[in-house]
Amino acid sequence: MAKKTANMGMLVALAFIFSYIESLIPISVGIPGIKLGLANMVVIVTLYLMGAGPAFMLSLVRIVLTGFTFGNLAMMMYSLAGGMLSMLVMVIARKTKLFSVTGVSVLGAVFHNVGQIIMAALVVENSSLFYYLPVLLVSGVVFGIIIGVVGSVLIKRLSRKR
Amino acid sequence: MKKNDVIMIAVIVVIALGAFAGINLYGEHNTKDAQAVVTIDGKEYGSYPLAEDTIVKIESENGGFNLLVIEDGAASVEEASCPDKICVRHKPIDKTGETLVCLPNKVVVEIENGEAAEVDASTN
Repeated sequence: MAKKTANMGMLVALAFIFSYIESLIPISVGIPGIKLGLANMVVIVTLYLMGAGPAFMLSLVRIVLTGFTFGNLAMMMYSLAGGMLSMLVMVIARKTKLFSVTGVSVLGAVFHNVGQIIMAALVVENSSLFYYLPVLLVSGVVFGIIIGVVGSVLIKRLSRKR
Repeated sequence: MKKNDVIMIAVIVVIALGAFAGINLYGEHNTKDAQAVVTIDGKEYGSYPLAEDTIVKIESENGGFNLLVIEDGAASVEEASCPDKICVRHKPIDKTGETLVCLPNKVVVEIENGEAAEVDASTN
């Protein structure tokens, strides 16, 4: 238990730092919501090494922490919608055993963006936001693959050491 | 990567391309709720949806007029009684916040609820 708690603490800190690093690199292409998803790497590694519960907790704690530290309430709402939908999809995708780590990562990234758009459309009450969907889908795929490939290497190395 | 991953990614990319094509085909003049709001000297005169083609003669108190034409989801002024015809020469407007102004007649046509010009970026 103590070891698990320590591990969780470390992972939360790691995800938190990744979120911070990410907020320092703005990818500006005129469309909001495109980002690397570094923090999702930690979430995926946690999902594979420790299971769905801890990964879910990690994701939730990270979003609340980053929301209060670097963002605002509106941002936190978008992140929560994206993060939770993404988490749900990744857990299901992993359970089906149809996809590799990369596939799960891509699905996570894509649904993170989908969740955020749904939330944004609800808040703004303007469906024209779905205009951004194609771009966000493709960016989700691209960054999802990158994060997934790195994540799967991490998962292999880390599970060997245990 | 597994074969399933590749299939799944391909499906997502196809959906994205499809949505993109769909938006470009139907969404270019996605102005269902957009309307041209006409004000004279700051008072609201009327509002007309961009989705319907209409011709409205806007008559101002000083006897002047502007002929507002809504066609293909955009509003323009075809004719005006004013001497300078600035509003007539202005290109048709269809985006939120765009305006046609006729100073001599104190007429302002503004687009509301149109295609958003920009969205705040604040996600992390």
